[in-house]
Amino acid sequence: MPRRDDLHCILVIGSGPIIIGQACEFDYSGTQACKVLKEEGYRVVLINSNPATIMTDPDVADATYVEPISPQFIEEVIKKERPDAILPTMGGQVALNAAVQLHEAGILAKYNVQLIGSNIESIHKAEDRELFLEAMKKIGMDMPRGGFVHEFEDGMKMIEITGFPVIIRPSFTMGGAGGGIAYNMEEYREMLRNGLVQSPIHRVLVEESLIGWKEYELEVMRDSKDNVVIICSIENFDPMGVHTGDSITVAPAQTLTDREYQHMRDSALKIIREIGVETGGSNIQFAIQPSTGRQIIIEMNPRVSRSSALASKATGFPIAKIAAKLAVGYALDEILNDITKKTPACFEPSIDYVVVKVPRWDFEKFRESDNSLGIQMKSVGEAMAFGRTFKEALQKCLRSLEQKRYGFGYDAPGLCDLEQHDEFELAPLRQRLRIRTSTSIFDLCDALRFGISAEEIHQLTKFDPWFIDQCSQIVEAAQDVIKSREGGKDITSVDATTMRMLKSYGFSDVQLALMMGTTEDAVRAHRKAIGVIPVYKTVDTCAAEFESETPYHYSTYGQENEAKPSASKKVIILGSGPNRIGQGIEFDYCCVQGVFALRALGYEAIMINCNPETVSTDYDTTNKLYFEPLTFEDVMNIIELERPDGVVVTFGGQTPLKLAQRLYEAGVPLIGTSPEGIDLAEDRQRFGTLIDKLGIPCPPWGTALSEDEAVVIAERIGYPVLVRPSYVLGGRAMQICYREDSLREYMKNALAQDPSRAVLIDHFLENAFEFDVDAVSDGTTTVIGGMMQHIEEAGVHSGDSSCVLPPYNITNEQMSTMQAYTRELARELLVVGLLNIQFAIQGDKVYVLEVNPRASRTVPFVSKATGVKLAQIATQVMVGGKLNEMNVPAFNPNMDRVAIKESVFPFIKFPRVNVFLGPEMRSTGEVMGMDSSFGRAIVKSHISSGNTLPTTGNVFISLSSHDKSPRALEIARGYADLGFSIYATRGTAQFLQEHGMDVTLALKHYEGRPSIVDQIASGEVQIVINTPLGETARHDEFIMGQTAMKYKVPFFTTLAAAEASLSGIIALRDETFTAVSLQEYYAKSAGA
Amino acid sequence: MNTPIATLALENGTTFSGRAIGHIGAETSGELVFNTAMSGYQEVLTDPSYKGQIVTFTYPHIGNYGTNDDDMESGSVQASGLVIHELSRLASNHRSTKSLQDYLDDNGVAGIDGVDTRMIVRILRSEGAMRCVISHDPKADPQELVAKARAIPSMNGLDLTGLVSTTQSYQWTEPTTWVYGDVGAPERRYKVAAIDYGIKRNILRRLTAYGCDVTVFPSTATAAEILAMQPDGIFLSNGPGDPAAVTHGIETVRELLGTRPLFGICLGHQILGLSVGASTYKLKFGHRGANHPVKNLLTGAIEISSQNHGFAVDPATLPPTAEVTHVNLNDDTCAGIRLVDKRAFSVQYHPEASPGPHDSDYLFAEFIGLMAAS
Repeated sequence: MPRRDDLHCILVIGSGPIIIGQACEFDYSGTQACKVLKEEGYRVVLINSNPATIMTDPDVADATYVEPISPQFIEEVIKKERPDAILPTMGGQVALNAAVQLHEAGILAKYNVQLIGSNIESIHKAEDRELFLEAMKKIGMDMPRGGFVHEFEDGMKMIEITGFPVIIRPSFTMGGAGGGIAYNMEEYREMLRNGLVQSPIHRVLVEESLIGWKEYELEVMRDSKDNVVIICSIENFDPMGVHTGDSITVAPAQTLTDREYQHMRDSALKIIREIGVETGGSNIQFAIQPSTGRQIIIEMNPRVSRSSALASKATGFPIAKIAAKLAVGYALDEILNDITKKTPACFEPSIDYVVVKVPRWDFEKFRESDNSLGIQMKSVGEAMAFGRTFKEALQKCLRSLEQKRYGFGYDAPGLCDLEQHDEFELAPLRQRLRIRTSTSIFDLCDALRFGISAEEIHQLTKFDPWFIDQCSQIVEAAQDVIKSREGGKDITSVDATTMRMLKSYGFSDVQLALMMGTTEDAVRAHRKAIGVIPVYKTVDTCAAEFESETPYHYSTYGQENEAKPSASKKVIILGSGPNRIGQGIEFDYCCVQGVFALRALGYEAIMINCNPETVSTDYDTTNKLYFEPLTFEDVMNIIELERPDGVVVTFGGQTPLKLAQRLYEAGVPLIGTSPEGIDLAEDRQRFGTLIDKLGIPCPPWGTALSEDEAVVIAERIGYPVLVRPSYVLGGRAMQICYREDSLREYMKNALAQDPSRAVLIDHFLENAFEFDVDAVSDGTTTVIGGMMQHIEEAGVHSGDSSCVLPPYNITNEQMSTMQAYTRELARELLVVGLLNIQFAIQGDKVYVLEVNPRASRTVPFVSKATGVKLAQIATQVMVGGKLNEMNVPAFNPNMDRVAIKESVFPFIKFPRVNVFLGPEMRSTGEVMGMDSSFGRAIVKSHISSGNTLPTTGNVFISLSSHDKSPRALEIARGYADLGFSIYATRGTAQFLQEHGMDVTLALKHYEGRPSIVDQIASGEVQIVINTPLGETARHDEFIMGQTAMKYKVPFFTTLAAAEASLSGIIALRDETFTAVSLQEYYAKSAGA
Repeated sequence: MNTPIATLALENGTTFSGRAIGHIGAETSGELVFNTAMSGYQEVLTDPSYKGQIVTFTYPHIGNYGTNDDDMESGSVQASGLVIHELSRLASNHRSTKSLQDYLDDNGVAGIDGVDTRMIVRILRSEGAMRCVISHDPKADPQELVAKARAIPSMNGLDLTGLVSTTQSYQWTEPTTWVYGDVGAPERRYKVAAIDYGIKRNILRRLTAYGCDVTVFPSTATAAEILAMQPDGIFLSNGPGDPAAVTHGIETVRELLGTRPLFGICLGHQILGLSVGASTYKLKFGHRGANHPVKNLLTGAIEISSQNHGFAVDPATLPPTAEVTHVNLNDDTCAGIRLVDKRAFSVQYHPEASPGPHDSDYLFAEFIGLMAAS
């Protein structure tokens, strides 16, 4: 069937903020979908509350609504745009759930909008476990034993059928929230109770455990003519029991005979047909019992998923793009294979390499949480790597993670000796091998290094023997190298054959240097001298059977190089690697904007990145894509082959920035702000001297290399102090110390981690307001792109704080001062490109806190709010453009709208973690609320981040002694005036009553029951305002925070946030809301 | 590491150095082809259609799941050798009984690993399938091996069916160990005469599953011998070599045509085409893999098919009574024909899969349908 001409306007639903389990893979799929639909001539309308996405770039869709993905706002969009159809399969679970809600609310019928790509019935069939089980039974699929439970008592009966261990999965929670594995009755009771609460329909699936079975996934596509193809098979390195998002995964399947694979394929075809996914992609998960081959269906996602993004990148087959075409009527044989451009898309990719994905966890951000893995996803990002063998791909992937690991072990001085351990010493390791944690892969390395047999490792870990053997080969090769070193050999004795073998096993130069007792540079020099350099192969969907037109490459140590550098002018942009807290999609946005600008200027834009979720690793985005780790070695290899005219290191966050100095020293033509300028801004000593010279105030500070030194500095500059290691992003290990003892404690830990790294100590400005300024400079002229005020007071990490554009509580004079400082600093640092400065105002005085001459986290937010594409302008400047010739509109602080960025947090995934905000960044994503007033904007940002503001009810207030202020009183009165009843614990109640307020006394957690915690749980309290008392939250506050989170009660930990929400509630009560597209806002500003 | 050295020499003069695998010390030669299936190496190696050929597997890890007695398409390894990127030293699968290395050794088959197989595929893709030699002699002069490769007879004009066909007719009695598809219990049994040009066991298993009692005849069997058993239908199997050289087979089929419903696969398809006057030609590098899209022109549906052929029927030379029913969408070559008036049809690819997808299994049902209607 050709393109459907009965459709004209299509609404695409995005996935909202980045959260664990739903990350920028949906920006990739959504962007692809929008592009395709637009190319096909449809009017594309997009709704997504996440401003950091590329899909919300106003050029991607015809009308872009950065509005809450809620039935109310989607209806507003539908009312206005009158789309003929909605494509709900590109925005993850959020979009799919939204489609179901729209259907149930009768909105689809009311406006006569149809769903394309999926239908309500098949969504229900796939997502509703009961219906799914029934459907699977109907087509004869083997399923795990167990069933649904609605009541606690039913659960007690079900456990008799399943036995232990048992899996608990609450229905309709995202990323498996609330799920788990219980090994005993006590655990089971707790999980069952918790699961019933978390499930919006109070239903939990209790099932036979398949722990230790082999786990597989198939990516399946179907068109309207019922053609079905498998795009990719994936085998999980981690056996069943670990969420696939937390598993190391491998494509294609490695240990299935063709018979077993075809059995799985047959099942997949039956399933997609039975579920009735009419067009598009689905992901189906299988488990196989290793001893018998018994195959069980685990689940199906009737939409584009994280795995489909992975499969697209792994095979070169763009699942989302094709799915979008199928949704508008095309059949698979009517679409050409994107890569060969000759053969049809109706085929099954054959790959001639191995792809490995390893998740990245940020457990150090959630110190109270352990790093064990289970069926609830905890990773915040992932890296993927290609190799011609599993060994090569695994090692490349491990060094792609940027967690100071350079491969499968052998990457630190202590790991490069031939160690002997007795049984007693090995006992803890054996214990660790039994459980899956974020470091299991390195435990496996240790086990092999220390001589635990492969058979025993298999028994303990259930890793497939084939994977263990591959890893063992790495270890054997490494041990040989170490033996040769211990035999007195040095690196120059390694001949080309051995070197090529080691490199083809994926060893990095860093590992080889450590194993041979030399430097990375020496390994590199020797390696090149003996002619061992990588070749680049092409990802072409067809194992080289057909010629490919698309330059999508990966490195390996083979014979033939397929990457042919062109003669055109070209620039390499280094991407931002795996997502992590503090460095996420915002930086990918900047990289992609850079690519767009370069392409528009006629440059060949080349991307290097290793994050499979991103738009930047879509081969369609760039002229040339190298899917490679972002280490010095891997990047240099490409630079030496491509000989680019410029390399951009300032868009991808810290990842490329960390390489800047070495690349610069290696003679690489870095464009943009020089490494000298970057260093001047980041080296506190040099920066301090500079701003002293300029007469710009900053909080007094010092750097310490010892505990005593730190204490002396703190006494000089005055407590409280803000402490952190130098060169960090996302506030890693940042803390505010109010007293000497906590400072000493901090220093002890920091120095234990890395004694060579200085610790920065700043005087902390209490009760100050923070501001962010994003600007572009060409070295002479500086244009202010945007100014933002943080809602939370100083002390909350800027990445976690809500921020408002334009600033709402600032004088014109202060604004001018900030602008003047920005210009001065840009000039002094010779900034060419983007610049971000953080300011604080305490009293009337403006302080500079930090200067970052690079892309900042707020660039996409500012660009979406103002309509000025800062990253593109910066790119033009970096290749020689002059701002005074470019007609860039300066930031207008009196703009006709207010944009609020609000952060979202993963606390629900880490049940033992403190929910109070601090200087360490812990949010995973952000949303934007934009409207004509502050109150209206905050309503939208709250809804988008999942906090629905109540308009009536009871407010619980607990103030720190510090916060028992007139301001707090005013806020409390504000809520009371709106008709809310005020609840408070003794101290706060007394304070409020003294000032004439009516207060209901609430009991603290330990004062008896029903306590305030019970009242939150029972729905008696609609808002919690709790400002913490000091450095750490007290136990009862901690429980309160957790409970509010669990029952989705708005929970404000600062007066500023409580105040902001008050404006929101007023707006929500008194006003009606509409949806406005970015294009409308921009047109209005342009017209004004 | 004391890995034995091996050399692969191609007739175009390219040589590769790698590790010797399989039956160490041997030298082997043949037509070098490549297969893009990611699983099913044992089925490929034991497929008689690979007689005289050396197979390059594009998937870089081969041997991961070992070998077993069930996944054989004939009694032994048929390919003359194999070229791979990396042979797995460990087999991991509950059905595995022997590592691929031991299996190759037991079958006396030599191979080479540790070579840039993708580079080889790219050579074959642009220059066409070519003759080659694999030598395990570390002292072998690569240029002499190239000369040897050039001396091997070309596949063009070679009838290899005699090397792989049964010499005596027999009844297929082995039970079907592996069930798939919604075949259901057959309503009645059909007597089928299968002409063995190098038949794959899974064809016999599928025919049996669909209710056929199969008698397998040597490729040299005459029409009279076949008709003497009073079959309900006649099946023409796959096989190696140049179909045009199988003159006796073409003759026999011409005589059989119209007497009984007839179904041909691969070489059997080509022989059917030749028997009605069409011509065949050698493809540049053939189709070998498990991902080829074939369009059924009668229904419009697409089948992902298992393929293994180096020659094809030229559709322009088919008589008006023959209809092209299937097309390979990658290159628009003829993938299936039918002769309605003769109750005969055939496909170039492998509905019996093994290895490969089962999308085309319905063709066995169509054969049954033809027999039922007769």
